[in-house]
Amino acid sequence: MHNVLEKPSKQVTAPTRDQVMDLITAYAHSVDDMRLDVWPQFFTSDALYHVTTRENHEAGLPIGVVRCVGRGMMQDRVKAFYSANIFEPHTYTHIIGRSEFLEPTSEMAISARSNFQIVRTMETGRMDLFAVGRYLDEVVIEDSQPRFRKRVVILDSRNVDILIVIPL
Amino acid sequence: MSPTAQVERTEVAGFKWPPQGVTRAPYRLFTDPEIYRLEQERIFRGKTWNFLCLDIEIQNPGDYRTTTVGETPVVVTRDREGKVYAMVNRCAHKGALVCLKKKDNVASLSCVYHAWNYELDGQLKGVAFRNGVRGHGGMPEDFDAKQHRLRPVRVESFCGMIFGTFSDEVEDVETYLGPEMASFIKRNLGRPLRVLGTHSQMIHNNWKLYAENLRDSYHATLLHTFYTTFKVNRLDMDGGITLSERKWHHLSYARRAKMQEAAEYAEAKVHSANYESALDGPGLLEAWEEFDDGITHSIQTVFPNMCIQFTLNSLAIRFFAPRGVDQTELFWIYLGYERDSEEQSQMRVMQSNLTGAAGLVSLEDGCINEFVQRGTRADPDQSSFIEMGGREVDSERNSRATETAVRGFWHGYRNIMGF
Repeated sequence: MHNVLEKPSKQVTAPTRDQVMDLITAYAHSVDDMRLDVWPQFFTSDALYHVTTRENHEAGLPIGVVRCVGRGMMQDRVKAFYSANIFEPHTYTHIIGRSEFLEPTSEMAISARSNFQIVRTMETGRMDLFAVGRYLDEVVIEDSQPRFRKRVVILDSRNVDILIVIPL
Repeated sequence: MSPTAQVERTEVAGFKWPPQGVTRAPYRLFTDPEIYRLEQERIFRGKTWNFLCLDIEIQNPGDYRTTTVGETPVVVTRDREGKVYAMVNRCAHKGALVCLKKKDNVASLSCVYHAWNYELDGQLKGVAFRNGVRGHGGMPEDFDAKQHRLRPVRVESFCGMIFGTFSDEVEDVETYLGPEMASFIKRNLGRPLRVLGTHSQMIHNNWKLYAENLRDSYHATLLHTFYTTFKVNRLDMDGGITLSERKWHHLSYARRAKMQEAAEYAEAKVHSANYESALDGPGLLEAWEEFDDGITHSIQTVFPNMCIQFTLNSLAIRFFAPRGVDQTELFWIYLGYERDSEEQSQMRVMQSNLTGAAGLVSLEDGCINEFVQRGTRADPDQSSFIEMGGREVDSERNSRATETAVRGFWHGYRNIMGF
């Protein structure tokens, strides 16, 4: 029901581990530098981006905090960020630990888990440890680029400070 | 509550409500620690019903769920006969928390400090070394276990929700809600429920600013511009506000959108109207008509601490706990029905993107009340101005461009606080 009708990717091989680590790093730096317009491009056209809490994840519950199915929904989030949503300006800095490579779900994909911390800096200068958790990623090659086919962001805490409007 | 039934008006040093009544809310209400302390006593531990948890969160014998009523820690349990109990989550010995997890399943409740052990209904059943050790120590001869139980909280279940109160006098939940509020809750929750997910949000404002915000139908399309953009909740939609008899609960509802541009928007050039309307991911708003009354959006509050939202097919309970005079934790429980098909469930899941801590439609509520908190704290003697839709405190069947439910909140608040 949420099909994004685009041409199927011509995928020939799985990405390398280096490509996966570069993707994870480039994604974080791009968000930290507030280049949100390119954020959806880090995903495949039919990707899942899901932010949830450890509690929901462990209980197998489908609703967390954000759920985008397909790049279109990610583009809507970006548009809403720039023209609809209202919030106090702030920026992130991601600190990401070394990735652990997991048993792949298919020959074409690489799966990795990476822990992260995100420090949020407000316009007033206030800095907070905003989010702590792990990324569970599945990366494939689409249109000759490594992209996330699935990125599940699992927050350690059930509690979000104020709001989330910039993707984690 | 009639004016004659008001509790004795109490002086909080130098505090006086402005003569304009509920069309003004003095900023001091949001920052004064003395008022905050009195609210714990008169509202949260007073003659109100507080949402504690859902029935399905403690489905099995031995299940417990911890929560707070105001700042008071409370645990809700189900005993071996299936009966639900609630009590203050504080050991009768030294006052330590007894239950530490959000949820668990246990045979009895045991305090970790000195191993005092309680039945699931809160009766004290065992005290470690009660008779001493090798004839020495132990409790005095006249120690009576019956005098030392977990302090009980009166509970009642309504439409799958468990409410608790510290008051012996407050009427039953359904009477407390009143017929109109109760019947709409039955519409939304009157069948077996399923939890689809939960999270919470820390908002940096006094709890009453959020309570006002929930009842403020005036701001909905002005602050929350995603709604307007995608034409899911316009002022030009047919809708209205119903207040309960005591004015402190409310129901705000909208019927199916009429897809025309309202002239008021075009003329005022408000932010809401200036937005491209196409969604790249239309799956977000895929919905089905669940009820035949035409109501597609509703927000319903129950004084003091909860709200039920039904946005398209996104059903959620929000409840909040004050965490100090200028901090509030807001909890979200997203729900579906047991009878939902997989497809219906998926639509509820997608629509959960509209609300919550990252809600496309309403994430602004996470910060807007803090902006008021920060804007007002230096001037406790000034007041907010609440006259949209007039100065009356009545239901408004034809428009949601009104602050009548906000006035209703202050009406109920003044009565119970004696202000």
